[in-house]
Amino acid sequence: MKKLLSLFLLVLSVNVFASGVDLQDADVDLTDKVSLQRGAKHFVTYCLGCHSAKQIRYLRIANDLGLDEKHVLNDIAPEGAGIYDQLHSAMNKHDAEKWFGTQPPDLSLIARSRGADWLYSYLKSFYVDKNRPFGVNNAIFEDVGMPNPLWQLQGEQKPVFANAGERQGLEKLVSVGNGTQSTEEFDRTVNDLVNFLVYVGEPVQLERQQMGKYVLFFLLIFLVISYLLKKEYWKDVH
Amino acid sequence: MNIKPTRLRMCGNWVLERFPLAQVWNEHMAHYYAPKNFNFWYFFGSLALLVLVNQFVTGILLTMNYKPDAKLAFDSVEYIMRDVNWGWLVRYMHSTGASAFFIVIYLHMFRGLLYGSFKQPRELIWIFGMLLFVALMAEAFMGYLLPWGQMSYWGAQVIISLFSAIPVIGDDLSLWIRGDYVISDATLNRFFAFHVIAVPLVLVLLVFMHIVALHEVGSNNPDGIDIKKSKDPWGHPVDGIPFHPYYTVKDVVGVAVFMLFFATVIFYMPEMGGYFLEHANFIPADPMKTPEHIAPVWYFTPFYSILRAIPDKFAGVIGMGGSIVVLFLLPWLDRGKVKSIRYRGGIYKKALMLFVISFIALGYLGTQPVTPLATMMARIFTAIYFGFFLLMPIYTRWEKLKPVPNYLTMQPTLEERIPDMIAVFNEVVETESVTTDTGVTVSKKRFNPTGAKNVLIRTAKNLKESLD
Repeated sequence: MKKLLSLFLLVLSVNVFASGVDLQDADVDLTDKVSLQRGAKHFVTYCLGCHSAKQIRYLRIANDLGLDEKHVLNDIAPEGAGIYDQLHSAMNKHDAEKWFGTQPPDLSLIARSRGADWLYSYLKSFYVDKNRPFGVNNAIFEDVGMPNPLWQLQGEQKPVFANAGERQGLEKLVSVGNGTQSTEEFDRTVNDLVNFLVYVGEPVQLERQQMGKYVLFFLLIFLVISYLLKKEYWKDVH
Repeated sequence: MNIKPTRLRMCGNWVLERFPLAQVWNEHMAHYYAPKNFNFWYFFGSLALLVLVNQFVTGILLTMNYKPDAKLAFDSVEYIMRDVNWGWLVRYMHSTGASAFFIVIYLHMFRGLLYGSFKQPRELIWIFGMLLFVALMAEAFMGYLLPWGQMSYWGAQVIISLFSAIPVIGDDLSLWIRGDYVISDATLNRFFAFHVIAVPLVLVLLVFMHIVALHEVGSNNPDGIDIKKSKDPWGHPVDGIPFHPYYTVKDVVGVAVFMLFFATVIFYMPEMGGYFLEHANFIPADPMKTPEHIAPVWYFTPFYSILRAIPDKFAGVIGMGGSIVVLFLLPWLDRGKVKSIRYRGGIYKKALMLFVISFIALGYLGTQPVTPLATMMARIFTAIYFGFFLLMPIYTRWEKLKPVPNYLTMQPTLEERIPDMIAVFNEVVETESVTTDTGVTVSKKRFNPTGAKNVLIRTAKNLKESLD
């Protein structure tokens, strides 16, 4: 019996040691409309060139983020986009395959498949690597086929390897400091972007959580009443 | 004023003279006598019915906007989640309902193991129930392909390719099932047809037969005794109470508790940490990109673990199939003379405990990537899983049974146990009066290690005793 229990505990611990680069925590707050608005703007500026987010429309963004439709069209959406349009990328599919070898994925659900922390860490972990076609590699997603879209803001990062000769055992990334944003500003930019992507992943989530309170409250009342009813009926059974 | 009700009653009578509604109602509800001591484990039958209805209603609503087409399926699900009014709620109710169905069914089946509900004369109820379980697995498997995400696609690819392990006809068989050389639009369309009409019809029919068979022989109970043996002068079982209204009102309480959990998942954790909705399934299916780690949804993982634990592919398929077939044979494997675990010997209790541990462990291992250690563990637990069933004819003969009472015993209800719980709480947490600097006396609660130790020892002793 004891052996079995210890075996069981062993099973549970099997995967504790699964390694990987540690992810940094993104500060996701969907009630922070200002952050989401900044994130939407960053998304259109830095991501939409290659990546679409075709599951969401500009109108939905305007409604959910408390923005005026005109403001969304003038300030956020690219020129020529209509309010009922989805966030399509202007990049041609064939061009994409020619330039990147693959079609950049749609980002509507990227926060649901990858998670906010992964995205936050990923966007901050590009580093200089002369062996890659775009001159950058990523510490979270090795040999990713994507350039660093935010490099002007962040500046370049140089890797520090444990084994410098063979470029193995990546320890940390050191900023060169030639970005237009400070580290704090850049963290906020990335966080806004991730916040926006989490929102795009499931636009209804705030509404869902707010509604949940009322449903649970109703069910609690329902439970009390049904329990009292049961007790009344069962008085004569025992 | 008097005319209306009479007319209404006449209309009612007109129907009743032509249709045995009252008779059916009485036979299955108002005059169906159920044992009066059903406990916690007896809620899950009615809950399974509730979840079935939930799946039907939400499923019908989903088909109104879903597109069974490999090009459109993934986007149509997101369309439901975003653009259809209340679509997100309907979809989450359906996806959470699928997992809830299996939780409820597993607990319902475990009740059978606890109280010997599969034993004579209820073997056929168990067989119908097992057929329901198999149909439910088919329903869930085919439904999981429909969102057309990466896990939908590759999960189906892996499971259907299992058929190709069958010698001689294997390759042709899997080709016939898929309708293509890989999972494709043809597969999606036929799975849609099976998921929304063929299997649900089978499910309804089987539920009907499951209940008809149950009401023919009567419900078992936590004491595992036949309540029809002692009847009152009117011919009703002394220990029985009419299902309606007693168990209808009681089941409503169960429904309320269930819905509290159900709603919590739907509104606050619909993905359930990637177990109810897998993260990789938010990526559209891509036949060119195999995911690193393919895991079925949690309710299939115990069986998937057994499949992976066996080194040879065909033997693995046999093992996985066998782990379900062996459940069908349960009524004839168990030679114990007593139904309820309350009066069975310690050996069955220990075996059942080992079985539960191995089932959960296999389930956990099935969600994890393969490592040599994990494979070894899966093999051990697979051996225990099969040992529980296949050694049953031997070890159930050695059982030292306890005397079975003639009448049902009543256990204290949750409400009646509250004083005991308070006593235990007071033993673990001691209260002391402290006078603060300002002279006010406050009573402070503090954790009491000796009390906690006593409680733990007592619990352990009780547990050991109950296992003998």
